[in-house]
Parts: sequence; C-alpha cells; structure tokens
Amino acid sequence: MKTLRIGAGAGFAGDRIDPAVDLVRRGSLDYLVFECLAERTIALAQLSRRIGRNPGFDPMLRERMEAVLPHCAENRTRIISNMGAANPRAAASETAAIARSLGLTGLRIASVAGDDVLHLLSPDLASTLAIDPREQLVSANAYLGIEPLLECLGQQADVILTGRVADPSLFLAPMVHEFGWALDDWNRLGQGTAVGHLLECAGQLTGGYFADPGVKDVPDLAHLGFPLAEVEESGEAVLTKLDGAGGALTVDTCKEQILYEVHDPSRYLTPDVTADFTGIHFTPLARDRIRVSGARGSQRPATLKISAGLYAGFIAEGQISYAGPGSLARATLARDILQARLHWIPSGDLRIDFIGLSAIHGEALSVLSCDPYEVRLRAAARFFDGSEGRRLVQEVESLYVNGPAGGAGVTTSLRENIAMEPAFLSRESITPTIAWEVA
Amino acid sequence: MKLRRIAHARTGDKGNLLNISLIAFREEDYSLLVERVTAERVSQLFAPLITQPVDRHCVPGLGALNFVLHRPRTESVTRSLALDAHSKALSFVLLNLDIDEAP
Repeated sequence: MKTLRIGAGAGFAGDRIDPAVDLVRRGSLDYLVFECLAERTIALAQLSRRIGRNPGFDPMLRERMEAVLPHCAENRTRIISNMGAANPRAAASETAAIARSLGLTGLRIASVAGDDVLHLLSPDLASTLAIDPREQLVSANAYLGIEPLLECLGQQADVILTGRVADPSLFLAPMVHEFGWALDDWNRLGQGTAVGHLLECAGQLTGGYFADPGVKDVPDLAHLGFPLAEVEESGEAVLTKLDGAGGALTVDTCKEQILYEVHDPSRYLTPDVTADFTGIHFTPLARDRIRVSGARGSQRPATLKISAGLYAGFIAEGQISYAGPGSLARATLARDILQARLHWIPSGDLRIDFIGLSAIHGEALSVLSCDPYEVRLRAAARFFDGSEGRRLVQEVESLYVNGPAGGAGVTTSLRENIAMEPAFLSRESITPTIAWEVA
Repeated sequence: MKLRRIAHARTGDKGNLLNISLIAFREEDYSLLVERVTAERVSQLFAPLITQPVDRHCVPGLGALNFVLHRPRTESVTRSLALDAHSKALSFVLLNLDIDEAP
C-alpha cells in the first residue's frame, strides 16, 4: 500500500533553511510544507503592502525557493506554503520567475487568496475587538481550510502559495488528495490533522525547544533535522527524521508537540474538522521512528476563525546594564529615576524590569537569591504618539550622563504595534480564489 | 519534590490564552500529577498573572495534563510590554513547583 511522505520545511517565518534542503534531497518526499505565517506576520505584511514598503509576501521566499526548487523539481516533490502572506498572487509570480532563472520550466504554481475579509467586518464588530478607542482595525484574515488546496492539487499544482490557511490544513490537504478521503470522514481528518499539527512547527518535533541538559538531553542539536511523516491510507503515520540529521524524535518530543498551543485536547478546532487528540497513542518503532495513531474527529465548526489586526500605536523600549559591586542598587536607583522622569506615562502603560532577576517570570513568580554580578534594566511603554515614544528612548539613553555610576550598553527601539484579536464569520461569506502561474 | 524530577512541560500561546502541558516521564507518575497538580494549585501559582481560574484538561493516554491560563487582554502576545510577551518561559515556573510525593 502507498505511503505518502510529507516533510516539514519550516516552522516559522525566519526558520533555518539547511534542514529543509537536507529533507528534500534525501527524504524522497512527495510534499514539502513550509509554515511561515505567525498570527501577527500577516497583519504586518498587509500594512507593508498597503504603504508600498514591500510586495506583502514572505521576505525569505526567494531564499527558500532558490534553495529547494531544483531539488523539488528533480525529486518530484510538491511544495505547499503560506509564504504568500498578504499577497499570494505576487508570491506565485515571483516563484515562477525564480524557477525560470534556475532553468526550471513547466512548473505549475497556484496561489490561493480570498482570506482577506477586512471588508466583511462591521464597525460594530471592529469596535468590540479594540481595547482602546484609539486602536484601529487594519486587517482581517480568515483561516481557510483544505478545500482550495484540494482544487489546486487536483489541477496538478507543483507549488501552492497561500495567505492565511490553518497550519494543519497545509499538511492535511495532500493526505486527502492522495488517499481520496471524504470531506466528512471526520476520524481520518482528525488523525490527519494530528499529524499536521505535529509537523507544523518543524524542529519542535525533532528535539528543538526540548533540551534541558541533564534532564532532557538532545543529541547534536546544532545540526537539528526537521521531521517527515510517512502517512498511510488510514491516516496513521510514522514520524521520523533523516539518518545523520541532529536531534531526536521520541515519544516525549511528540507528547510535548501534540499539546503545543492546544486548549481542550478533545476539541481542537480547525476549518476542516473538530479534532480529538485524547485517544492518541505514540508507539516507538525504532530510534527516531514513532507511530502515531488514535486521533479522532467530529463535525467541523460552522464558522471560520478570523484573525483581526488592530493598529495599536508604538512600543518604545530601552535597556541599560550595571555590573560589579552594587549593581542591583545602581539599577534600582536608575529605575526610580526613570519612574520620576516618565511620571506622565499612565500606569499600566510603562513597565520596568531587571533582566537576569525577574524580567521573564515577573517579580511575583521569580525566586530571588543572592546579589547578581550584573543587572540589565529594561523599560518598555506603549504610546499612540511616536514622539512620546522617543522621549522614553531619550530618557534611557540619558541614564548614561544623568544617572547612576557605571551604566553601560544602552540599546533602544521604537516599533509600531499591531494587536491581534480573534473573531468568527460564517463559511458562506468567505470565498477562496485560485490563480495560476506557469514557469 | 520538584515537578521537574518527574515531568516535562511546554508552553504555547494564542492571543491572551496560553497553555502549559505537564507530561509525566513515567506512566506510573501520572496519577501523582492528577492528585497533586490540581487546577486550584496551578491557579494559586499563577494568581498574579491570570483573570480567572485555570482550566485543567486530563489526557491519561499521554500521561499528561494541559492547563489553560487566561491573561488580561492587555497582556495578550501582541499587546504585552513584557520581554517574554509570549509567556513561553512559564513552563519552568510550573516545573519548579514542589509537590508532596508521599501517597
């Protein structure tokens, strides 16, 4: 019986490229999937596109495609990715141009759009998403499911570039296409979604984000390989990685990843299915080979999730370090000075932390023991007026000349902030659209 | 005994919700997790950060518990001023919890 080989080529927009090249060269893959679109990335991409800063697709598209396209063409591996971001059409024509420049011709490149639903959000709904009247709705993207991807695959797409599509759907689509599963075969869709969810963060399944020396060791993390699944017609799959690639794929890495970003494990909602992960079983077969079975599913949700982006002003940040004897006392003095000089910032909009002491878990949850050798003060605040943000930056810089002794290593930043909020729309209101490029 | 001796954990985020999985290294320790690491205990632990009691989901087949924490909307991933806006490091607060190992 046929097994389908699907590799995970990226788990986030900035992910490493070499592991994907290794997978496509040595993995005999049928499909290579790149998941590169975090929740806020698409809102930022839409803003960039609107103001003409860039075309709105993933900035690493060219680098990734140049690295993998020749191997994909040679090994007949099809590519599915959400690197289309805010402009899938432009991403497809860019990919066609890259293919031609590499001497590859005849590649069929599909783009899936229609996830942009900003025009469908009523002002009333938009106002419930804002937590400050100055926040403004700037983007809204629906999480599309497998259906438009199935249409592309049915028309022999070699590459599919999408905007917002639910991450597991990028992996589920080739399973449904190759095995001919019915769109209401909920148990198979649930099992396929589990496999997709396990793969979507790439290296997080093979030992990335896992190592804790002495407790959970991972071999050769420096050369971490990305995972692939050998999927069977039943939806059961063997998760594995390439021989010689670093990392480890174990029952424990699988358990951490199946629950990652999951709330109720018996009801994991996607556009395609309500997946139930509670019956999942991971069976070790050999080193770095784990069988996954037992996920189920039921009727898909009636609505589609929308991810709305709201312009939320600026976040300004400044950092300064104090080291050697009395470092904490000097950092504390610097904090008190900043609080006095920035008294005009509303409470709740300014936060000052000591990096190395309590910046990560917060003062209430951090266990403070001895005096640290060095302390780094970090001040961050939100503003709707960028010039106010520059005043925070200036006050941190001024701690050199106008603050405690021995201040060192100031860094500052001022960035626009986009807040993301979820909403829901009926399926019927959203129509995916497909376009084609041929290299 | 610190939880880190018998369990591992990973944090994930979605907006102002975050989940922390807690997974027993050995199947036989799962019942100890169920008994000792209650939703109340975890709510207390994270009280300074959350707006309502923690939800606990049990997945016996995986020997795992999954906790869902509700943060204020001002502390969502995309609005937080925190250095760790994703709260990704909170799994290690949970693993640092002391539990009584006597039955």
